[in-house]
Amino acid sequence: MSGRRAGLGLAKGLAVTLRTMMKRSVTRQYPDVSPDLAPRSRGVIALFEENCTVCMLCARECPDWCIYIDSHKETLPAEGSARPRARNTLDRFAIDYALCMYCGICVEVCPFDALFWSPEFEYAAYDIAELTHERERLREWMWTVPPPPAHEPNADPPKELR
Amino acid sequence: MRDVVALVLVTVAFLTLPLVIGQAEHKVMAHMQGRLGPMYAGGFHGWAQLIADGVKFAQKEDTVPARADRRVFLLAPGVALVPYLVVLAVVPVGPGQVAVDLSLGLFFALAVMGIGVIGSIMAGWASANKYSLLGGMRVAAQLVSYELPMVLAAASFAMAAGTLSLSGIVEEWRWYWLFWQAGAAAVFFVAGLAELRRPPFDMPVADSEVIFGPYTEYGGLRFAFFLLAEYAGILVLCSLTTVLYLGGWKGPFLPDVVWTLIKIFALAFVVIWVRVSFPRMREDQLQRLAWVWLVPISLAQLALTGVVKVVLA
Repeated sequence: MSGRRAGLGLAKGLAVTLRTMMKRSVTRQYPDVSPDLAPRSRGVIALFEENCTVCMLCARECPDWCIYIDSHKETLPAEGSARPRARNTLDRFAIDYALCMYCGICVEVCPFDALFWSPEFEYAAYDIAELTHERERLREWMWTVPPPPAHEPNADPPKELR
Repeated sequence: MRDVVALVLVTVAFLTLPLVIGQAEHKVMAHMQGRLGPMYAGGFHGWAQLIADGVKFAQKEDTVPARADRRVFLLAPGVALVPYLVVLAVVPVGPGQVAVDLSLGLFFALAVMGIGVIGSIMAGWASANKYSLLGGMRVAAQLVSYELPMVLAAASFAMAAGTLSLSGIVEEWRWYWLFWQAGAAAVFFVAGLAELRRPPFDMPVADSEVIFGPYTEYGGLRFAFFLLAEYAGILVLCSLTTVLYLGGWKGPFLPDVVWTLIKIFALAFVVIWVRVSFPRMREDQLQRLAWVWLVPISLAQLALTGVVKVVLA
């Protein structure tokens, strides 16, 4: 009895593998064919430095402490004002991707929309030190960030426009 | 002169056909698992993958463990590989087309095939490694259990044909053997798979338990020899099954050798198919299959063959 059942199971197993063999494999030929990733896929973090005010929130919230920010204060004379205006200027913005765990907290926490997820993912390096990427590289990745999804048709208009 | 040419041809077949089977395994296995398999080496669908593997193996360091039984360790891959070459010499591919036509061909083939297994036992013993030894002991246990049903099943074919000559068996083959000798064929094929330690009978090399069994300490070219021995073993098992049960070179329209090759490769496909479809058997299941199923089936087949022969005579 159990022997007959076992035989049936064996035949079913053979049938499954044979059917799979007859189907076309759907494997992407990755290095030859680049994958079409979903717009919200998390590849690498890009920086839009014009929006950065060096508030340091990202660096402080980062659980891995992998964001390095250096800056200095510039003063601009402001007309009709008692004091000159002070402004933060970014000197260095780097992310060490050897430490980064891609939690995205920096992107979430940035109040000025300076950090974005880019679907770019091919940045392997031969040396762990090369994985610390400076602002120039982070800026290049900015251009690979897909446009944000459109508003829902029946949603309230954005607050800024009201 | 004819003998020399025949032996050269057998050697060429021995060096190429196992590679073809190996390449087929790469691709068939991949497609059965919904993958593509190696695609780059050599251009068209990665045809040169196994050659590239061979080059890679040849470049690797050849080490012998300090406590190993050095001579036995070095000899083991050869002992595993050469018997299959010797068996191929007595396998007929057409009427009269056999390198060495022995009247005791079947007896000779089974005896020599058994030696291949000794290579693995030697490797397991000589490696001075407890996992290798465990693997080697499992090989030995498997050899003891599966040699008996294999020989009994082969004896049934020999009885049906009334000869031990492999060419003679093909000459005597009739289409109704497909039904009458099916039990013996199944036992022979399954026992052969077990003797080659092919999945699902790869208990001795179970990589999650005994690392790689008898082959754990081997690297480079010697390891490649063991791999080659496995594919050569598939070739030998499939050609013996073809000759004994599928009527060897018999078939309409196509030349004899082509029919033999078609049948051999169809069986090799089954070997790969079985490997992909079934999980590895436990040690006790393995022994149970041999003693509770295969031996009784082959004995019953032997009795059936004897009765039919007597009734027909």
